This record gives sequence, structure tokens and C-alpha cells, in this order.
Amino acid sequence: MSRIIVDKQIVDCDAPILRANEDGSFPIVPELSEQGLVFVSLPQYLAQKAELTARGDVGVWFAASDEPELLGADAAQLAFIAVEFPAFTDGRGFSIGRLLRERYGFTGQLRAFGDVFKDTLNYLARCGFNAFAVRADKDIEDAVKGIDDFTEFYQSSVGQPQPLFRRR
Amino acid sequence: MYIYDDYDQKIVDQRVAQYRDQTRRYLAGELTDDEFRPLRLQNGLYIQRHAPMLRVAIPYGNLRSDQVRKLAELARKYDKGYVHFTTRQNVQYNWPALENVPEMLAELASVQMHAIQTSGNCIRNTTSDQFAGVAYDEIVDPRPWCEIIRQWSTFHPEFAHLPRKFKIAVNGAQEDRAAVLVHDIGINVKLNAQGQVGFEIYVGGGLGRTPMIGDLIKPWLEPAHLLTYLDAVLRVYNRYGRRDNKYKARIKILVKAMTPEVFAAKVDQEWAYLKNGPQTLTDEEIARNHRFFTAPAYESLPGDDPSFLAAIEASPAFSRWVDRNVFAHKVPGYAAVTLSLKQHGAAPGDATDAQLDAVADLADRFSFGEVRVSHGQNLILADVKESELFALWEEAKRIGFATPNIGLLTDLICCPGGDFCSLANAKSLPVAKSVQERFDNLDFLFDLGEIDINISGCINACGHHHIGHIGILGVDKNNAEFYQITLGGRQGVDAQIGKVIGPSFAQEEMADVMSKIIQVFVDNREGDERFIDTFDRIGIDPFKNKVYEGRPAGRAKKEVEA
Repeated sequence: MSRIIVDKQIVDCDAPILRANEDGSFPIVPELSEQGLVFVSLPQYLAQKAELTARGDVGVWFAASDEPELLGADAAQLAFIAVEFPAFTDGRGFSIGRLLRERYGFTGQLRAFGDVFKDTLNYLARCGFNAFAVRADKDIEDAVKGIDDFTEFYQSSVGQPQPLFRRR
Repeated sequence: MYIYDDYDQKIVDQRVAQYRDQTRRYLAGELTDDEFRPLRLQNGLYIQRHAPMLRVAIPYGNLRSDQVRKLAELARKYDKGYVHFTTRQNVQYNWPALENVPEMLAELASVQMHAIQTSGNCIRNTTSDQFAGVAYDEIVDPRPWCEIIRQWSTFHPEFAHLPRKFKIAVNGAQEDRAAVLVHDIGINVKLNAQGQVGFEIYVGGGLGRTPMIGDLIKPWLEPAHLLTYLDAVLRVYNRYGRRDNKYKARIKILVKAMTPEVFAAKVDQEWAYLKNGPQTLTDEEIARNHRFFTAPAYESLPGDDPSFLAAIEASPAFSRWVDRNVFAHKVPGYAAVTLSLKQHGAAPGDATDAQLDAVADLADRFSFGEVRVSHGQNLILADVKESELFALWEEAKRIGFATPNIGLLTDLICCPGGDFCSLANAKSLPVAKSVQERFDNLDFLFDLGEIDINISGCINACGHHHIGHIGILGVDKNNAEFYQITLGGRQGVDAQIGKVIGPSFAQEEMADVMSKIIQVFVDNREGDERFIDTFDRIGIDPFKNKVYEGRPAGRAKKEVEA
């Protein structure tokens, strides 16, 4: 069982990320046991929205180049969204997180996966991520501390919409 | 100057702790080289040719004397007793040990300084006019707006890993001494007919491999919306800027690809969501930042101080220094003084620990304890009484900072180049030195008038060679160091990118080539015309013909021989 960080707690979670088949077609979404969870890509979700929504055990994952605008207000109906970071230095996912939370009303679990480790967790948390699939070769116990590397911030962010200048 | 409160201090202190942990994990093998690189770069630490290089932020070039003394102390304790001031108003240490950097940062934090975002693909130090607040031609003091931008850009969670580096400059004067047109975002602070403050926003300027002048995308932005608008620009760039090719990743490439009109429309579309949101500046926040940049306790003076005027009469050397290094102040009886870090024979922009300590003392004695750094790599005492200029000049001579060459040929702007920097293709310092040696006659230099020479050791253009009247770029040719020359570049409100004159030259040819260029200028000059005006009048061909005279098909000597 893999472990991830959710709300600063380390918990077990195995939720497969379904990627397109080699020919570009959508993969079959497997039947899951109770409390199971599977992430389908944004394009697959958009194509099969009705049946996937009915299942209730499906989350949506975003590639870094995916546009939150395509999901739009549907985000508010979802319980799980994951965003891929192909490299920790690829900051597109930061904007995706903020847009989902601040513009499209997503209130479920927002998970970062891919090249995720201690040193970006603080930024990610401020962009609205509350779950982190830390890279398997990194120390997850140490990584969780990175969320609180900083406890005071100048800017508006998801957790604290009021910038410092409205609070100081 | 801006003074930290407990919030600012806490953020800087937490950064020190974070970086200490990152360094520890790197040394323990928990972070790989590739992982540590972006992390250390965002803290200004490069791994250089001989040793790491640490770049320390000097927000919009403003320093207090206690901070200058701390920079000197760090140079003694952790480096080889000198520092280098950069073209972005920052300061660099060339020889620190990697494991000492956390301690250096802790010492910097003790005087409200840091190295946050001085490198890496993030929003860098905001730069401005070195004469902000005192310039005779100032419309609006840009410093409060710089500080507002500094805080907004520091650890901005969404823009910590942009496609590429991002530089913002702010100007509030008639003349543009901040080079806003060659920045990713350039801001002119303006007044409208009703006397209200607003901003002109340019995007997509920049030097480097593809030099470009920025495009005006917002002719008038009201102050309250400054940060929401910047958020919108950065969000569009963060999402759509290219990440597949680092040479095409700057915002200028995106703006050009989309066209400035479409880019501006996309920003407006994004801004519509953010405008009037929580990042909208409050009157109180604007006022708070302005309270840090009030005028110091100036004496009420009539100006034209008699002892000062008498000293100009009595000493031609002092008079020459006043002509070149003293800048008109908006308060009568005061002047802004540029201490030249371009003494002939010294590396441009370098200062030793002893010189820094002396400058701190001069600042305390003559200029309310404050020092500025210019993007021309000099230091400024911005508030000196006319009656004390002579005494200051004597002291500045003693430390070698009184060369009367500001704006002249030998006030050249120069990056550290191949002697230090691992990015460089060629050395820049020996070229600077050969120019200084060739043009060592002060009378001649003075007669030549204003000429900007900018030298970069590689295409990254830290020496801003594209906007020098004479630009020199180090290039690598079959593992030999050559230099390409551009003419006609300029900064300011009429900023232009220089034109390449032709094939490049070997290092030992450079002094002669410079002499030829200057000779063409002297031969064609009308009256007291500036170099750049002569160039505009006669064009590039006379220069080309002269420097390539006697070379078949205009080829450089070395290539002909080879």
C-alpha cells in the first residue's frame, strides 16, 4: 500500500492514475472495491461524464497542460482532483490548483502527484493542494514538515485569501 | 528606506531555516544535484568555475550603512575580501563555501537582507532608478511601488517555478534610468492631468539571446489594481510560456508569438476575474509604504553654496569630478554623488571590504546613512550638501572611488565574465582593462563626452551589451575567445538594440578596434555631439569600413590567418 499526505496526516492510499492507451483511446475504468478510488484523465472525464459521475468512485487528473476552464463549474461536483507535476520546477500546476479552488469552487481533495517532494509542498498548499503523493524514493515523514516551512505570507492564497497588507 | 516589521523578519528567518535544511539534505545525499540546483538558485547560489557564487538581493538598489558594513564583514569572513556589484543592483560574492552559505544568510537576515529569488526561474529583484526620490526630473517616487512589488513577488506561491527568469523594473522620472523597456515587465509611474498617479505597463522586453524592446500593453493602470494586474500577466505567462526550450521560454517570446494585442487581451480576460479581489491595494497599504520613503531632514538651503562654487573655480580636478559624478538634486543646496567603481585598472563594479566600510562611513557622515547601487555598477550617496562635496571628494579619492568618469567611455558596464562565471564564453574583464588602459587620458575622455560601453561574456547579456552605444559580446569560436561588436544601442526612453558591426575580433585586437571606432567618431563629430548622435547621423558604414580596413571581404584578422 502506498502512503500519501492528506491534511498533514500520512495515510494509505492506492488510487491508480489511468492514462490513455497507446493508440490514444481511453482505458477501461476498472470496477473497484468499496471505498476504492481511480483517477481518469480530464479528456476521458469530459467524454464519459455521465457514466463516470454515476459511479461516484472516480476522480479526475490534470496533466500540467490541461485547462481548468474545460472542467469549469463541474469541478464543484467532484470529490477528488489530482494534478501531475512532470517536474517539480514545472509551475503550471500551481495555477491549475488556484483556478480550481478560487474560480471553479472545487472543495474536495486536491492532490499533487509526480515529481513531488518536501521543497514545493508549502507553495502547493498555498495554491490549494491538501494531498501530496510524495515521490516514493523520498522521506514522506520529513516531507510533511515542508508544508509549514513558512507560516507567514505576503500574498493572497487559497488558505488565506487576505494578503498580509489587509492583516498587518 | 523600508524597515522590516516582525512579519518581514519572520519570513526571512524562516527562509534561512529552510535553506539550512536544504543544504544539509544536499550534503547528506538526500537531494540530488539536479534537485538542489533550482533550490539553491532561488537563493542566489551558483556553482561557478572556481567556487560557488552567492548573489545577495539589494531591493531596488537601496542600502543602509549598517547593511554595507555587514556586506564588508561577510567579504572578510567568508570570501576573499571583495564583492561585485551587478547590473541588476545586486551584489555578488565570488568565493563562498557552499556549507557556509546558510550562516551567511543568517548574518544577512540580522540586517534585514537576504538572497531570495536572486536567481532561478522566478520573479527576481525589482530594480529602479538609482536617483529615485532625489532626481531633479522625477515625476513620482518609484520606491514605494517597488517595495509593494517586492513583497508581492517574495515567495509568491503560484509563480515560484516559472518557465524562465522574470525581471521587473520601475521608473518614475522623465529620463528612464531603470531600463524599463528591456525588462519582462517595465513600469513607468506617471501623473495624469488631474495629478493622479497611474502606471504604464510594458511587457516582453529583454536582452539575452533574442533582444527585444517591450510592448506597451496597459497605457494607464490605476494604483489600486497594480498587484491584481501583475497577477494576471504572470498567470498567463506561467500557464502558456514555453517550457520545452529554455531559449524560447522568456515572456518576450510568448508575447511575440501571441502578438502584444492578443497577449494584452488574454491578460485583461484573466484580470477581469482578479480585479477588485483581495490583492487590490488598499489606501492604507499604499500610504504605509510611502511612509518609509519620506524626505530625510534636509536643511533649508539657498543653493549655489559659495564655498562649493569657489572650490570649483580653484580646482580643475574637483570641477571635472563635479561635472561627471555629481547629479542635480531636487532640493536646493543638495546633490547626488556617484562614487565610481570604475577606477582604471580595477574590475568594474568591484569593491573591497575596506572600501565598503569607508563608503558606510561616508554615508553616515554625508548622506543620512544611506547608499544606492546603480545598474551601471556604481555606488551613490544621494543626499549630500553642496557645501560638503569638496570634503566628500577628498575622502572618495582616498579610497579610489573618485574617478571622474561617470557616463564616459571608461565607466563601462561589465559582467564578471569567463574569469568567474561558468556560463561565459569569453572573459570580459581583460577587455574592460584594455579599454581603460588605452583611454587613460582624462582630458581626452572628457572631450569624447558620453559613451556607454557594455561588455557581456556571453549571450545571457548580464553586461547589457545590446543597449550600449558600443556593445561587446564574448563569443566562443573553435574554443578561442572572440568578441563581437554592436553599435548604436541605447537605454532609456528611446531604447534600441545595437547593430552588429561584422565579424568578431580576438582579445588582443580589441584595444585597436576601439581606437578605430573612436577615431571615426572624432573625425566625423560636429561640435560637442555625443557619440550616439554622430552614429545616428553617419550610420554604421564609416565605422565598418574603418575597423575592417585592409581585411579581405571584411573578415577579422585571426580568421584570415587561420
